[in-house]
Amino acid sequence: MPHIEIRDVSLIYDTPSGSVPGVQGVSFSIEPSEFLCIVGPSGCGKSTLLNIIAGFLMPTGGEIRIGGKIITGHGMDRGVVFQDFAQLFPWRTALANVTFGLEMKGISKAEREKIALEQLRLVKLDKFVRSYPHHLSGGMQQRVAIARALAYNPSVLLMDEPFAALDALTRDEMQRLLADVWRETKKTVIYVTHNVAEAVYLADRVVVMTPHPGTVKTEIPIRLARPRDPLSVEFLEHQKELLRHLGGEAGKA
Amino acid sequence: MSANTERMRSYRRAAVTLLVVAALYEASARSGYFAPALLPTLPTIGRTLFAMLLDGSMLGHALYTFYRVMFGFGLAIVVALPLGILMGRFRTVEGFFLPLASALMPVPSLAWVPVFILWFGLGNTTTVLVVFYAATFPMLLNTWSGVRSVNPLWLRAAGTMGADENAMFWKVIIPGASPFIITGMRQAFLRAWIAVVGAEMIAASNWGLGWVIFDAKEFLNTDIMLASLAVIGFIGFVFERLVFGSLERATIQRWGMVRAAKS
Amino acid sequence: MTLRDAVTAETARADVALATPARGIGDRLRSAALTAYPFVVVGAMWEIVAHLGIFPPRLFPTLEEVAATFVRLTVMGILPHHALETLARLSAGFALAAVAGVVIGIAMGRSRRAEDIFLPLVSIIAPIPGIAYAPLFLLWFGLGNFATVLLVGFASSFAVIINTWTGVKAVKEIWVRSAQSMGADNRRLFRLVILPGALPYIFTGLRLGMAQAWRILVVVEMLAGVQWGLGWMIFGAREFLNTDVMLAGVAVIGIIGLVLEKHVFQRLEDYTVVRWGMMEQ
Ligand SMILES: Nc1ncnc2c1ncn2[C@@H]1O[C@H](COP(=O)(O)OP(=O)(O)O)[C@@H](O)[C@H]1O
Ligand SMILES: [Mg+2]
Repeated sequence: MPHIEIRDVSLIYDTPSGSVPGVQGVSFSIEPSEFLCIVGPSGCGKSTLLNIIAGFLMPTGGEIRIGGKIITGHGMDRGVVFQDFAQLFPWRTALANVTFGLEMKGISKAEREKIALEQLRLVKLDKFVRSYPHHLSGGMQQRVAIARALAYNPSVLLMDEPFAALDALTRDEMQRLLADVWRETKKTVIYVTHNVAEAVYLADRVVVMTPHPGTVKTEIPIRLARPRDPLSVEFLEHQKELLRHLGGEAGKA
Repeated sequence: MSANTERMRSYRRAAVTLLVVAALYEASARSGYFAPALLPTLPTIGRTLFAMLLDGSMLGHALYTFYRVMFGFGLAIVVALPLGILMGRFRTVEGFFLPLASALMPVPSLAWVPVFILWFGLGNTTTVLVVFYAATFPMLLNTWSGVRSVNPLWLRAAGTMGADENAMFWKVIIPGASPFIITGMRQAFLRAWIAVVGAEMIAASNWGLGWVIFDAKEFLNTDIMLASLAVIGFIGFVFERLVFGSLERATIQRWGMVRAAKS
Repeated sequence: MTLRDAVTAETARADVALATPARGIGDRLRSAALTAYPFVVVGAMWEIVAHLGIFPPRLFPTLEEVAATFVRLTVMGILPHHALETLARLSAGFALAAVAGVVIGIAMGRSRRAEDIFLPLVSIIAPIPGIAYAPLFLLWFGLGNFATVLLVGFASSFAVIINTWTGVKAVKEIWVRSAQSMGADNRRLFRLVILPGALPYIFTGLRLGMAQAWRILVVVEMLAGVQWGLGWMIFGAREFLNTDVMLAGVAVIGIIGLVLEKHVFQRLEDYTVVRWGMMEQ
């Protein structure tokens, strides 16, 4: 049975100037421990879709099942990482940000700090546990955000362009780190990006969306051995294929 | 729910709130529980306001107040705007006036009223000077920070394009500092408006909105007080919205230097 | 005052020349001298005018006289008594404004219904200068402390309400979502996210409220017929042409105002929002 099933999901935004479709009739499913990337031109509804899966927005049509159960809102089975660095709580240290979810679960202080330290070690930040977010670089803040989303052990990790605002070098480093983290934790990941190389580097499978109003255009499995070499011929082939799908859509629009 | 019905509901609730508050007031006024002189009914207040508008006395009070506030405010701009610009441009001027301004600013303008009364007597001079004192510091400090915060890249860019000192001043520094200058004017007017009402209560004789409120207290004319309060609120509102609002829209908002207020 | 201005008002800070960091003792002396010299110049001009006798000495006392009066009143305990009474009224009035303002502001930020109810009232009452309500309050609640404290609280609560309300609304949606996805219920969301998230605005509101409370209190003391208080002291001194007493009083009012504006919330802020990088020093 797939871990997550998305069936014919649509959402229409109600704005003062009228209705705006966010996503239209999206269907696909994700297997347990699969790394799925959603790629599409900006404005096509990727964030909208991710927020629906996270339970922050209710779809106006269709349904989403996780482990067979229809979701009705946010829940601790899903961890979320956003693009915005400001998602961390500025009034909490890196460690206290990571312990937040464990605190909500009612886990003892000693226990939750132990778990949080492990998570911070996983993202290679154990030296900065006592720092406040504004003393950390963007890449470090995003790593804290990943540790925070993993700490209370959700089975699904939802990520919305988490590295899009980083410089290219840091982004490469973060992608490698995320691939390692995923290999170790075996979470089911849904990762939104508009960066084709990033998708090919990370994903088991890529869902390509059409431009606004977005729907699924095609799905492309990436069966390359890990760790992947972004300069290999096969890698570039996959990249070209993805670009062709995206470009074709852009041409029509 | 759609955004429109939500907004409609907000308006409806706002209207209901105001009606309920008005009704509660009216009910207590008519209950006979309080002296009618202390708690006049809304129609009484309305009639008083109307009568004072008709016989011209309200207009007279408003004009006096307006004259004093504009005189003091104008004086503050004439003094503080050039001084603030000089302070922003020259370290020596800044070094002299900034400590003085920092020391005088925390003294509430109205604390000077008794001193000014001794020096200048009751009447216009004292009121205008108090208004001037109140308006000067916000104007001065905002202008100063505005000039200092002009983006050095603009200065450099203008320099490479051949701007001389004069052009630099009029075409870069003044427009660059204008968000602060306009903020300064707004704050200055706000302070001036408070100062004029307070000063008139203590130091004016026979005319002015502050004086009329204070004088009404002696004769328990609560209706006059409330009517004058309404006029004070109305003038303040009009100035804020129409004068400074359109000034902002015509300049810094058009240039995208501040975001328009979220409604 | 529009709602927006209450939030942005007084953002221009007078960063006093004193604040420049000085390293050695020599540097420190130099910067002290630089700060002092404008006062020396103005003081000297005052002295010259006063000693020339252009104005009646009762109306334009020399600085020595003002200083002597200051010392005399302090030693006799008169000035401290006036100052303490004023500060007590300020504390009572401001406490009223802080509690009511934060509670109403949070209610407005959190509940659409509360916002719809309070916003129209606040937008009508707040733009009228607080001092304009003074005669009304004195008439309704009688001369004296009760009316004074009530008016100070009333007039300074709006800055707190408006800033708190804005702050609660400005709490980043992304924080709320993160906390919710980590399982925060509404109560903990409020205590652990909304309150700290709105804190910079709440502090701004409290600062502005305190400044307003101080400004209005000084005048109301002149009108309210209280026995003690700095406002009353300078107002009363007018009857006897005691300009030296008035100037000494004005100086004390200025010093207290400066301390209130710069230092009361400074430590609280340093320990919280400044440390968290949510507000600059
Ligand atoms: N809160 C909102 N209100 C109205 N329209 C929105 C809102 N958020 C997104 N949209 C619209 O929905 C579409 C999809 O947006 P989004 O999901 O953010 O796209 P993406 O993340 O792929 O760039 C866009 O056309 C956008 O304008
Ligand atoms: Mg997006």
